[in-house]
Amino acid sequence: MSLFSLGIARGLVGQTLGMLVGMLLTVVTRVLLGWEAWAAEPAWTVGAVCSIIGFLLGVGALDDWLQWTKGIDTPLHHGPPADKPAWTRYFSVDYNHKVIGVQYTVWGILLLMVGGTVAMIFRTELAQAGLQFLGLGLYNSFIGMHGMIMIFAILLGVGGMANYLVPLLIGAEDMAFPRLNALGFWFNVPGSLLLLLSLFIGGWDAGWTAYPPLSARGPIGYQLFFLGVFAIGLSSIVGSLNLLVTLLCMRPQGMSLFRMPIFCWAVFATSLIQLTATQLIGVSFLMVSVQRAIGMGFFDPRGILGEISPLVGGGDPVLFQHLFWFYSHPAVYIFVLPGLGIISELLPVFSRKPLFGYKWIALSSMAIAIVGFLVWGHHMFVSGYNDILRVPFMYSTLLVAIPTGVKFFSWLGTMWGGKIHFDTPMLFVLGAISVFLIGGLSGPILATVPTDFPLHDSYFVVGHFHATMFGGFVFPFFAALYFWFPKVTGRMYNETLGKIHFFIMTPAFWVQTLGQMGVGVMGMRRRIADYDPSLGNYQIESWHLAVTIAGFAIAFGVLLMLWNFFQNAEVGVAAGDNPWRSRSPEWQIPSPVPEHSFAAPLRVVGEPYDYGLADSGYVSTATPGDD
Amino acid sequence: MSAIAIGHAEEQDHGHAHEIDLATYQENTRRNRLGMWLFFASEAFLFLALLATRFYLWRGPHGEIVRPDLGQTAGLVVTVILLLSSYFMNRAEVSIANNKRTDFLISLLITAVLGTAFLVGVVVWEWGMFPSLVEGHIKPTDGVFGAVVFGMTGMHALHVLSGVVLILNVWWLGRKGHFSSERHWGVEACAIYWHYVDLVWIFFYPALYLIGETIGAGH
Repeated sequence: MSLFSLGIARGLVGQTLGMLVGMLLTVVTRVLLGWEAWAAEPAWTVGAVCSIIGFLLGVGALDDWLQWTKGIDTPLHHGPPADKPAWTRYFSVDYNHKVIGVQYTVWGILLLMVGGTVAMIFRTELAQAGLQFLGLGLYNSFIGMHGMIMIFAILLGVGGMANYLVPLLIGAEDMAFPRLNALGFWFNVPGSLLLLLSLFIGGWDAGWTAYPPLSARGPIGYQLFFLGVFAIGLSSIVGSLNLLVTLLCMRPQGMSLFRMPIFCWAVFATSLIQLTATQLIGVSFLMVSVQRAIGMGFFDPRGILGEISPLVGGGDPVLFQHLFWFYSHPAVYIFVLPGLGIISELLPVFSRKPLFGYKWIALSSMAIAIVGFLVWGHHMFVSGYNDILRVPFMYSTLLVAIPTGVKFFSWLGTMWGGKIHFDTPMLFVLGAISVFLIGGLSGPILATVPTDFPLHDSYFVVGHFHATMFGGFVFPFFAALYFWFPKVTGRMYNETLGKIHFFIMTPAFWVQTLGQMGVGVMGMRRRIADYDPSLGNYQIESWHLAVTIAGFAIAFGVLLMLWNFFQNAEVGVAAGDNPWRSRSPEWQIPSPVPEHSFAAPLRVVGEPYDYGLADSGYVSTATPGDD
Repeated sequence: MSAIAIGHAEEQDHGHAHEIDLATYQENTRRNRLGMWLFFASEAFLFLALLATRFYLWRGPHGEIVRPDLGQTAGLVVTVILLLSSYFMNRAEVSIANNKRTDFLISLLITAVLGTAFLVGVVVWEWGMFPSLVEGHIKPTDGVFGAVVFGMTGMHALHVLSGVVLILNVWWLGRKGHFSSERHWGVEACAIYWHYVDLVWIFFYPALYLIGETIGAGH
C-alpha cells in the first residue's frame, strides 16, 4: 500500500500544487498586464484560494460531483475500502457519518492541542512582568492564533459530536447528504493549514477579531487567515444545512420533535445559527480582504475622493464591528449550545431520573439562538457607535440570562433526589455546570453598560469568556468523549485516570478563570505582552503566575485523557453494548456501532427520559413481530 | 458557492435510468429541496449584509440616504434582461415537467444567453472593464461608492455566473437525454437558484440605482 492511497496525502500534494499554480497564475497575469511580475500579497492570496481547491480535488471530496456534471451516476459506497486496511478510511474521503464524526473529533483535538500549546507559550511569557522571550509581534500573532485555532477546534468538536450522534440518536442510517458531509469535513483541513501557514509569512497581529484599520494594514498573513476562515465557514454552512435536513426529514415514525433526544434540539438550534450568521463573518472578512487587495474602501475613513463624493465621508471601521459581531456573538452560542445539550443528555442517565422540563430545555435552546441574534452590540459599548444603541443592547443581552437560567434550574431539578452515579462523564458534567455558572454570573457585569466601561478590553473579559467556553464546550465535550468512547471503540477507558484528570483540571480551571478576572480588575489589559508589576498592590505578578501554573495543569490533564484513550482504544476492557444503562437508541445496538447502525428501522415506543419507570423503553430496535 | 449549488442540483439526479425507484427519488427530492431552501436562507444573510452596508455607508452630511450617479440606462437594461431570463427559466422547467424536450432545451439556452448578456452588461457597460469599448461609471477605488457598487454587483455577478454554468451543464445533460417529466430535480434546483439570484437583483437594483439623492457626477 503506497502512501498516496491515503486521501489526505493526495490532498496535501494537491494543496501544494494548488498553491504553486495559483502563484504562477498571478505572475503570468501580472506580466501580461505589464505590471511587475512578483507581488507577494496577490500571489499568496490567489495561491491560497487555489490551494483549498487543490486539496479538495486531491483528497477526492469533489469526485462524485465532477462525475455528476458529466451525467455519470455514482452509487454511494458503504463500508471500509476493499483493497486497503480498514483504518485507512479515516485518512480518506468516507461517506459514513460515524467515520466523519471521528475525523471531525480527532482533527478538532489536534487543533485543540496546537491552540493549547500556543497558549502555554504566551502564558509562560506572562508569568513574569517584563519581556522574557517573545517579541511583541510574535506575541500578538500568538494570542490571535490561540483564539482562532481554538474557535476552529471548537467548531470541529461540535461538528464531530453532531455528525456522530445525530443520525444515531434519531435512528437514521446516515446523514441526509453523505457527500456534502464529507466535503464539509475536508474543508477544515486546508483551512486550518492555511491558518498555521500564515504564521510563517508575517502572521497577523491584531488578534482573532481582525478589526480594521489594523487588519487592513497588517502583514500578508491576514489574507491567509481570512481564507482559512472562509474554508471553515463553508464547512459550518454545509454541515449545519445537512444536520437540519437530517433532523427534519429522517426521524422515524413516532419520533415527534418533542420526543427527540434533547441533544438533537441543541444541534437544531446551533445549526440554525451556523447556517445563517456564518455568512456575516465571511462578508466582513471579504470586505477587509478586497480593501487590502484592490483598495475598495469599505472601512477606510480616508476614502473621500473629491471627484465623486465631495460631500460624503469615507468608509467606517465601526461597520466592520457590526458585521463581525453579528456572527461572532451568535458564534459563542454555536459553541455552547451543543455542550449544554450534552449536559442535559447525560444528567438523566447518571441521575436515573427523567429530564426535568424537557420542553423548556428544548425551547430554551431555541430562545438562546434567537435572542443571540439581537445582542451583538454589547461588544461595541466603547466603539463610538450611536449612544442610543447601548441600552437596548444591554437589555437584550441580559435577556439571555432567562433561557440560560431555565437550563440551570432544569439541571438541578433533574439531579434533585436522583440516585447519582459519579462516573467520569458525570463528573465532567458537574464540572461543566460549576464552570458555566462562573461564566454566567460574570456575564451581566459585562453586559451592563456602566460596569462594562472600566472592564472592557481587560482580562476580566478573558476570564469570563474562558469560563463560558470551558463550561459550555470543553467540559461537556470531554464528558461526551468519556461517555461515548465505549460506543465508538467498544472498549472502556481507565476510570481512575479519568477521575484524576477531572480532579486536576476542574480546580485548575477555577484558579485560571478567577485569576484572569482578578488580574483584569487590577488593570491588566488584553493583548499586551507586558504589564506593570505594581498593579494590584504588587499582587498581579503572583496572580499571573498562578494562572500560568493552572494553565499547565489543565494541559497535563488533557494529555492524561488522550493517553487514557490511546491506551484503551484497542486493548481496553470490553465495554459491552450499554455500560451506562442508557435508554438512548445508540446504546441499544452493538459497540462499536456496525456499518449500517440499525439492523431494522427504529420504532419509538415510549418517552426518551423515563428513567426509573419500570418496564418502559424509549425505542425498540427489534423487527416488528419479534417482540 | 457554486460547488454547493451544483451539489444540490445534482444530488441523486442521474438516477433516472437506474435502479432507484420513483418513491425513493421523490423522497430524495424532498430532502434536496429543503436543503436548497436552507441554502437560500443562508445566502439571504450574505445579501442582507451587503444591503445593510449600502444603507450604512451611503449617507450624506446630514445622515440622508444618497447614491452615486450610475448609468441609469445600463441599470434598467440589465434589469429587464435578467427579469426576462427568469421567464424562460420557468418555461424550461414547465416544459420538462410536460415532457416537451425541445422547448425545454431551447428555453434553457435562451436563459443562459440572457444571463450572459446580463453579465456582459454589468462588467463591460457599468464597470467599464474594457475602457476602450465603454467608459465605466465608477471605479472600485472611488471611496465607499466604488466599494459598495463593486461589492454588491460583484457578489451578485458571481452568483449569476455560477447560475449560467449550472444552466449550461443542465442543458448539456438534457441534450444527452437526461431528465424526464417525473425525474428532473436538477432542472428544478437550477430554476429556483436562478429565480433566487433574480430576486436578489430586484432588491439590489433600487438600492443601487433608485433610492436616495444623487451626489456628484459620474466619470
